[in-house]
Amino acid sequence: MKKPSPFPIIHKNECKACKRCIIACPLNLLELSEDLNENGYQYVKYKGEGCTGCGNCYYSCPEPLAIEVHTYKRKK
Amino acid sequence: MDNENINDDFELKILKNPDSIYDNFSRKGEGKQSVTHYCGGCGHGILHKLIGEVMDELEIQKRSVMISPVGCAVFAYYYFNCGNVQSAHGRAPAVGTGLSRAEDNAVVMSYQGDGDLASIGLNETLQAGNRGEKIAVFFVNNTVYGMTGGQMAPTTLVGEVTTTSQTGRDPNYAGYPIHMCELINNLKAPVFIERVSLSNPMNIRKAKKAIEKSLRIQKEGKGYSFIEVLAPCPTNLKMDSEEIQEFVEKELEKEYPLACFRDRSSEVESIKRPDSNFSKEKLDEIFNINRGISFKLIDDDSIKPFSIKIAGFGGQGVLSAGLTIAQAACNEGKHVSWYPSYGPEQRGGTSNCSVVISGKAIGTPVVEDIDVLIALNNSSIKKFSDDVKEDGIILYDSHIDDVNINKNVKSIPIPAVKIAEENGNIKTANTVFLGVLSELNKIISKDAYIESIKDIFAGKEKVIDTNISVLDSASKWTRENI
Repeated sequence: MKKPSPFPIIHKNECKACKRCIIACPLNLLELSEDLNENGYQYVKYKGEGCTGCGNCYYSCPEPLAIEVHTYKRKK
Repeated sequence: MDNENINDDFELKILKNPDSIYDNFSRKGEGKQSVTHYCGGCGHGILHKLIGEVMDELEIQKRSVMISPVGCAVFAYYYFNCGNVQSAHGRAPAVGTGLSRAEDNAVVMSYQGDGDLASIGLNETLQAGNRGEKIAVFFVNNTVYGMTGGQMAPTTLVGEVTTTSQTGRDPNYAGYPIHMCELINNLKAPVFIERVSLSNPMNIRKAKKAIEKSLRIQKEGKGYSFIEVLAPCPTNLKMDSEEIQEFVEKELEKEYPLACFRDRSSEVESIKRPDSNFSKEKLDEIFNINRGISFKLIDDDSIKPFSIKIAGFGGQGVLSAGLTIAQAACNEGKHVSWYPSYGPEQRGGTSNCSVVISGKAIGTPVVEDIDVLIALNNSSIKKFSDDVKEDGIILYDSHIDDVNINKNVKSIPIPAVKIAEENGNIKTANTVFLGVLSELNKIISKDAYIESIKDIFAGKEKVIDTNISVLDSASKWTRENI
């Protein structure tokens, strides 16, 4: 069976637009939104494909509840 | 990380907020409760997550106590789902010492900033490190006082602009950045010392490894671990995320090199300390408190305040004679106060104490009109004889030469040293005066003095016996000679 693609989930209302994850993404797959979230910040969006599940965005994000990364590992 | 079956060949792993960090940051006030109170781009949230992940992985959440600092992370207890104590500026090492000694099994973490740890708390930090306390210290170094608005910190770089170093830190005025890891590395006791950085994802992962090591040391009870975390403060340094990352990587990490300064975790054993016992019974035993005794206070308006001043030089038993009288008065159900006055010297300085005994509540423990002055040296006679009431008495040791009392009050020389010597201990000369007092003034019975001596010297049978025989000899002498 083919390995499913990893992907980030960004909870937009927890984002403060610091852009740390955008800088941290090695493939430049994140970008800032045009519109604002509930708190009045722009927020980070996933461009939609290419995520390798490296987790850099998760680790560099200062907001504990803003980013999750879903990734798949082959069962042992 | 959660595991979930997706299909037969692969399983899902989710990198997300660890269990040891709350999933809602409930707190008072308005605003969204699912975001931190930190500024965008701040390093604290990253470090919180890393610590939380390690707490999950080591399964120490239930044993963990986080000490919240003063500084931006003052509300760390909004986030860490474990035991929490909020301590005053710089006092986290003392609080942590108390926690780890009272709760031997606790994993104690002290989370402090540079103002807290490297400035006001520097002494306590070094002392706790030197004692090898079982504490994991997370020292967040962002080179600036964050919460108070960006003032210069001990760790501010030379030339760095802050609100209190507006032309850049000048070492001729403000010294040099303080290097905490290097400083702590001069101490023998610490087990693990490492400096890490939150500048970029690679360094963040290395920081997590150091945190893992540090908390494993705590899990195994091996002693002090210190991690300095170089962290971004984009708000106070007025930079965006790219600029602050470059600042941390190029300037901070240059001034403060990332390194493991010490790792003795595989060499040292768990620290073994006797079990702590803070039970009431144990404390009563240590402080010699007998809760069976209750003093029944008897109000009696006919007993007017009776003032005794005992004076001499330190080491003559001035204060303990006063305490013995006060304890005896307690034993008789009287109101009593004891008020010492002495210099910094243990021996050789002057010393006096005032005791007031009364049948009703005592207004002031300060004695200005003395009923009985017990003077153990000549300077005490000179100093206090003028304060003795006209119908008062001065008792002094007959060894004192050149006694010159201006005031016309009764004065009695007592061969105190001689009586004490005859009973085998010259140090009990102070007790001679109590024996005399018990005969001259019946406000306190001799039995009460004996009980008091037993209380004051509890556990020292020989001392009790000697003092009681001195008391007897003195009252016998008084009956025969006065």
